[in-house]
Amino acid sequence: MTASTEKCSCEVLEEELLATLDDQLEAYKGMPGGLIPALHVAQGLFGYIPRSAIRHVSEVLDIPMSEVYGVVSFYHFFTTQPRGKHTVSVCLGTACYVRGGKRVLEAFKQKLGIDVGATTPDGQFTLEVARCFGACGLAPAVRVDEDVHRRVKPTKIGAILEQYAEEITEPEEAAV
Amino acid sequence: MTTINLKINNQPVTAAEGETILQAAQHSGVRIPTLCYLEGVQAIGACRVCLVEVKNARGLLPSCLTEVSEGMEVFTHTKKVREARKTVLELILSDHPFECNTCERNQNCELQKLAEEFGIREVTYEGAHSASQVDDSAAGLVRDSSKCILCRRCVAVCSDIQGVNAINFIGRGFDTVIAPAFNDPLNSVLCVQCGQCAAVCPVGAITEKSHVGRVWESLEDPEKFVVVQTAPAVRSAIGECFDMPPGSLVTKKMVAALRRMGFDGVFDTEFAADLTIMEEGHELLDRLKRKLVDGEDIALPQITSCSPGWIKYMEHFFPQLSENVSTCKSPQQMFGPIAKTYYAEKVGVDPARMYVVSIMPCTAKKFECERPEMRSSGYQDVDAVLTTREAGQMIKEAGIDFVNLPDEEFDMPLGASTGAADVFANTGGVMEAALRTVYEVVTGRELPSENLHVKPIMGLEGVKEAELKIERTVTEWKFLEGVTAKVAVAHGLGNARKVLERVVAGEADYHFIEVMCCPGGCIGGGGQPRLTTDEVRRARIASIYREDEGKKYRKSHENPAIRQLYEEFLGKPLGHKSHELLHTHYTRRGKYNELLVEEEKEPEKAGAAK
Ligand code: SF4
Ligand code: SF4
Ligand code: FES
Repeated sequence: MTASTEKCSCEVLEEELLATLDDQLEAYKGMPGGLIPALHVAQGLFGYIPRSAIRHVSEVLDIPMSEVYGVVSFYHFFTTQPRGKHTVSVCLGTACYVRGGKRVLEAFKQKLGIDVGATTPDGQFTLEVARCFGACGLAPAVRVDEDVHRRVKPTKIGAILEQYAEEITEPEEAAV
Repeated sequence: MTTINLKINNQPVTAAEGETILQAAQHSGVRIPTLCYLEGVQAIGACRVCLVEVKNARGLLPSCLTEVSEGMEVFTHTKKVREARKTVLELILSDHPFECNTCERNQNCELQKLAEEFGIREVTYEGAHSASQVDDSAAGLVRDSSKCILCRRCVAVCSDIQGVNAINFIGRGFDTVIAPAFNDPLNSVLCVQCGQCAAVCPVGAITEKSHVGRVWESLEDPEKFVVVQTAPAVRSAIGECFDMPPGSLVTKKMVAALRRMGFDGVFDTEFAADLTIMEEGHELLDRLKRKLVDGEDIALPQITSCSPGWIKYMEHFFPQLSENVSTCKSPQQMFGPIAKTYYAEKVGVDPARMYVVSIMPCTAKKFECERPEMRSSGYQDVDAVLTTREAGQMIKEAGIDFVNLPDEEFDMPLGASTGAADVFANTGGVMEAALRTVYEVVTGRELPSENLHVKPIMGLEGVKEAELKIERTVTEWKFLEGVTAKVAVAHGLGNARKVLERVVAGEADYHFIEVMCCPGGCIGGGGQPRLTTDEVRRARIASIYREDEGKKYRKSHENPAIRQLYEEFLGKPLGHKSHELLHTHYTRRGKYNELLVEEEKEPEKAGAAK
């Protein structure tokens, strides 16, 4: 689950990022209410908040790790999972929910083999749930990165995902 | 101090400024129910069970949080209040598994008691139940999230009193659980297994890991020779399991009960506590000699090692002090190997057949007995550890009418003890016991204090200090002539930390420090009958001093059975045999277990990778 247990070149990158994090955390030392902005810094650097970053935040700000993690797990905008290249947000606002958003979400879960908040093992997709993003007229809606897909049917999700997956796998096309 | 005049249920009442309505009610004999409130630890207004009506105030107010004011008129049991409390309780119950009959806390649960008190007959709110997440990874404790009512008492104790911060609220809303960071298993984090969280949990969401089953099994096994040892603190508290008032001294009834349960030997951890003083006292003198006379680089102050929660805390938070901690095993772990070697030989029992059970006020003792170092008899030295609560439960199960039992005596020789061993139960007690012996060894005279007590280190003050001038020494200890011995005592890990930080910073010049993990010492241990308030602590402490003062011998070195043990078996304190059986070493862990050597870390890594 943590990047630190993987043995690869990203370890070097992680160390650099942690050093940058430590530098930036200095500003929040002893600052009342400094934990949340500090966590935003961490998430900004890594794209998510890995175990190692939580430990650094805890050390530098001198706040117990259980407390730091408690805060991270409380707020929806923090995530301890690495982000995929693409973010799939299924709208579960009232209109979308009523028109089958829930079934669309289930279909994505099935297709990607992950739960809400998780990322596919190949690092391609992160699945999220959203509240209304103003496409109620054409519910149920799904947003992938910046694109909004309207009137999504569970049967159509394969095609949607393909659009994005293709982009990525293009160089390896021969292998497919 | 300004006095505030108010009325509670139309009765005039006075209270001190800054007191809450709850406190004012408590000392005027009005009972207000509470759930999340924990005296001296937390008042956060979370559960709303303590709501009261205050004239001219908008809405009902939580009495645990609301301060009294002049002329206030409080009503604690109006219809409005009763209905509100009932609603609150029903909401809590609507997300609670109805497993009361099979729950460890059956008949001893604060939630169940409130439901009874409020006459709850049905729960009208239907809702989803929190998923059950059971963590039984730790040797001493089990956590079941489905029973948790999120009162936060455990978190408050773990952070504010113990300063360990092992657990916290994780997640939000309905999915909130109490767990370590990342929801890691409890055995993989810096939890010291003190069980203070289990001691304050109002329900069955954190409890000790039960050894009751394995103890019954061994008692019923004709092949096994089962002996039991009882810790000093148990005798001052186990009566509470049978509705006796806190501080009832029931040593002899406890012995009678254990004998009726079928133990082949009913012994006393106090025997081993006297042995601990012999070893630890001489260790202190040895360190002083090597430092002051031989000029060796020896770690001082020496710190006591009886409390396994404190030991684990040291290994995580102060690994740099591991050389300062006495190498003596705790009394529980001295008893084990002596039983399986010296005693087994004496009674002609094959140690492989011997099963050693401890009754302890403590959950960390369950962890301690499973430590890999604790096998110096060639077998696991202590096989099972029951908390005071579990022992009470077994006595009940055996159908024994505890309160009406006759008085009986411990078996010999491992049941012989002095008053010095009794006071091991209290904060300050190990230090006092050590001083009684060490002073006499060095000067040839009795400790010059009233009733052999060391006043400044008695009582519930968090950190206590004492000084003792050493004069007219015997020849062997001449180098200590004129030295002023400085000692410190801390109980509760938060207090211990204050002292140890000064030691690490080189700002303290103590010779000897006593640390007990739990507030009040072992009498306030995580395995004691619930609920341990300061009033209960004081009652237990007083009964332990009574026990001490009534003993024929009050200094460890006077224990005839200990003298015999040295003559027949051990030779002398710190001798070769002692080192083999009675001394140990510590594991450097670090806050993230980062100091553990790779192989020991493996299971944690595997857990984290999932
Ligand atoms: S056993 Fe002690 S250290 Fe562990 S979680 Fe409970 S209170 Fe904290
Ligand atoms: S585990 Fe027990 S003490 Fe802790 S929050 Fe839950 S109910 Fe309260
Ligand atoms: S006891 Fe006052 S709100 Fe819980």
